[in-house]
Amino acid sequence: MSRIDDLFERTRAEDRAALVGYLPAGFPDLKTSIAAVEALVEGGVDLVEVGLPYSDPVMDGPTIQAAAETAIAAGVRTKDVFEVVRAVADAGAVAVVMTYWNPVERYGVERFAAELVAAGGAGLITPDLIPDEAGEWEAASRTHGLDRIYLVAPSSTDERLAMTAEAASGFIYAAAVMGVTGAREQSSSLAPTLVGRLREVTDKAVGVGIGVSNGEQAHEVAAFADAVIVGSAIVRRVLDAETPEAGVDAVRELARELRAGVERS
Amino acid sequence: MTTYIQPDATGHFGRFGGRFMPEALVAPLDELDRAWTEAQADPVFAAELARMLREYANVPSPLYEASRFSERAGARILLKREDLNHTGAHKIRNVLGQALLAKRMGKPRAIAETGAGQHGVASATACAYLDIDCTVYMGEVDTERQALNVARMKMLGAEVISVTTGSRTLKDAINEALRDWVSSVEHTSYLFGTAAGPHPFPSMVRDLTRGIGDEARAQVLELTGSLPDAAVACVGGGSNAIGLFTAFLDDSDVKLLGVEAGGDGYETGRHAAPITAGEVGVLHGARSYLLQDEDGQTLESHSISAGLDYPGVGPEHSFLAETGRAQYVPATDAEAMAAFDLLCKTEGIIPAIESAHALAGALRLAEELGPDSTILVNLSGRGDKDVHTAAEYFGLLEQSIELDDDAVDGTA
Repeated sequence: MSRIDDLFERTRAEDRAALVGYLPAGFPDLKTSIAAVEALVEGGVDLVEVGLPYSDPVMDGPTIQAAAETAIAAGVRTKDVFEVVRAVADAGAVAVVMTYWNPVERYGVERFAAELVAAGGAGLITPDLIPDEAGEWEAASRTHGLDRIYLVAPSSTDERLAMTAEAASGFIYAAAVMGVTGAREQSSSLAPTLVGRLREVTDKAVGVGIGVSNGEQAHEVAAFADAVIVGSAIVRRVLDAETPEAGVDAVRELARELRAGVERS
Repeated sequence: MTTYIQPDATGHFGRFGGRFMPEALVAPLDELDRAWTEAQADPVFAAELARMLREYANVPSPLYEASRFSERAGARILLKREDLNHTGAHKIRNVLGQALLAKRMGKPRAIAETGAGQHGVASATACAYLDIDCTVYMGEVDTERQALNVARMKMLGAEVISVTTGSRTLKDAINEALRDWVSSVEHTSYLFGTAAGPHPFPSMVRDLTRGIGDEARAQVLELTGSLPDAAVACVGGGSNAIGLFTAFLDDSDVKLLGVEAGGDGYETGRHAAPITAGEVGVLHGARSYLLQDEDGQTLESHSISAGLDYPGVGPEHSFLAETGRAQYVPATDAEAMAAFDLLCKTEGIIPAIESAHALAGALRLAEELGPDSTILVNLSGRGDKDVHTAAEYFGLLEQSIELDDDAVDGTA
C-alpha cells in the first residue's frame, strides 16, 4: 500500500472524494510557493501536485503558462521542486510532482526518483509521458516505491484505457476535457462517461481534472470520482493577488471551499 | 540495409523519436498513422497526389548544373531546384500530401505552424486548393521578419495567429498549434511542417518529401552517369534534408552532409545547431538532439534564417548522426550570406537563406573533395521572402530610393 492508496482508503471511509490541488514550485518565487502549498494543506487539500515549471508546456492553458514563465524568470531550478515537496509532506499531506518529461530525463530518471523519495514525495504525474515510453521511469518508480500517475482522456480508446490503468498506480488522472488546462464555467459532460469507462476496466482510484474551479463543481465531480483535481483556479488566486501574502490567503480560502465541496453528504 | 528506412511500430529510430505526447492526442495520432498507411496503399490516392504534384506544384523539379558557381567552388555543383516549385520551396510536397490525407479523413479544418512562413504559405495554398479551412500559428518575432509571407497566407484565405508566448518563434508556434489541436482534433488536421514531432509525423513527412532525393538521384545518374560524391542539405527540423538523403541511404559511397544554422558562430552559443551541440532530450513529442539548459528547459535558438531557427531536429537525423551515416556541421550566418551572395552573382538565382546554408556547406566540402568531385545540393527554396533580410544584411537599404515627380509622372 502506497501513501496514495492509504489516502483513498481514508477518503472512502469518510464518504468523500479526495481533494487534489496543483501549484507550481517557485511561483511566484520559491518562498511564496512553499507558503502557498502549506496554505493548500491547511485549507484541506489531501494531495498536492507540485508542478515543475517548464519552458514548453503544451498541455497548459494561459494561466499555468503564465505561472511557469514567472517561475522560470525568477530562476526556479529542478532541485527546488524537492524543497516544495518536503514542505507539503511536513504539512501532513501527500505530495507528488507533476512534470513534463524532459526535465526529469535531463536530471536523470533514477536520480530524480531517489531525491523525490528522500524529500517525502509519493509519485509522479506525467502529462506527456505515456506508458508506451515509460520503461526507465517504470523501473525507477518500482525501485523507489513511487506511484506512476498517468493521464487518460475522452479520446483514449478502450484498449488504451485498459493498458494505461494497468500501468498506473496510486490513481489514474482523467483529463475530462479535450483541451488544455484552465478553469471553465461548467464542469465537463465528458467526465462521467470517461470515469464510467475506466470503472469497466479497473478498480484503481480515478481523479478528475481540467476545468474544476469552485466548490459547486467540486461537489458535482465528487459524486462520481475518487479525487477532484484543481489546478488553474488555484494558480489564478496567486496570479491575481495584490501581494504574495494575499495570494497565500486566497489559496487557503479556495481550498476550504473546495474541501467542503468534495464531501458527498 | 533496411535498418535505415523504417522506424519501429511506435516511431523509434534507434533511441530517437517515439511519442511523448498528452494521452488525448495518442488516439488521434494512431488514427492518422492508420489513415496514412491505408492511403499509401491506395492507388487512387497515390495517383491523385502524383497528379497534384505534377500539374499544380511543378514537381519533379529540375536538376541544374551550376557552372559558374562550380568554378568558384572548385567542384562540380548540381542544384536540385526545389526553389522552382509552386510556393517557392520543397514544403509544397509535404503539405499537398498531408492536406489530401486530411480531405480523405473528412477533416474540414487544418492547422499548421510556421517559422519562415514557407510551410504556412504552402499550407494556406493547399487548403485553398482543397477547400479546407486553414489556421496558421506563427511566432510574433517571425511575423515581423517575414511580414510578406503573413500577407501571402492571408491572401490565400488563411487565418494567421501571431504567437506571443515564450520566445515567440517556431517552437512556440508549435506549442500553440498543439494546444489548438488537443481541443479541436475531432474535426481538425494538423499539417506538421517538418520531419519532427511525434510518430507518425517524422516518417510521414519523410515519405512525402523523399521525392526530392528519388528524383535527384535519377537526374544525377542521367546527367553524369554516376552517383554524386556528396549530397548536401540544410537542416532545421530537417524535412528537405531527409527528403534528399533517403534516396542515398544505401549508397554508402555518397557522403551525406546536413548543414545546421551556426548563427553568430557555434562557439558563441547563439546558434541553432542541436546535433553539433550533441545533447539529447525530448521536445514536441520526440526524443532527439535538442538545445537545452542544465535543467532541461529548452534554449532559444539563433539564426538569420527563420526557417532554421528551431532548437530541435527531426529524430531520424539524430539517428543518422549517431550511426554516422550522415554528418552534420554548422554554417554561420556570415558563411550562409556569403554563399547567398555568390549564388546570386554567379547564377542569377536568389536562394532562400535556409538553402544558402547548404550552399555554404557545399563550398566547404568542395575544398575537401577537390575539383573532380560532384556535389549535389538541395536548393530547397527561393529567396523572395528573404529580400528584405538580405538587403538589410548587405546594407542595400541605407540609401532610401526616392522617385522624383517626373519619374512618377512618366509611368502614369
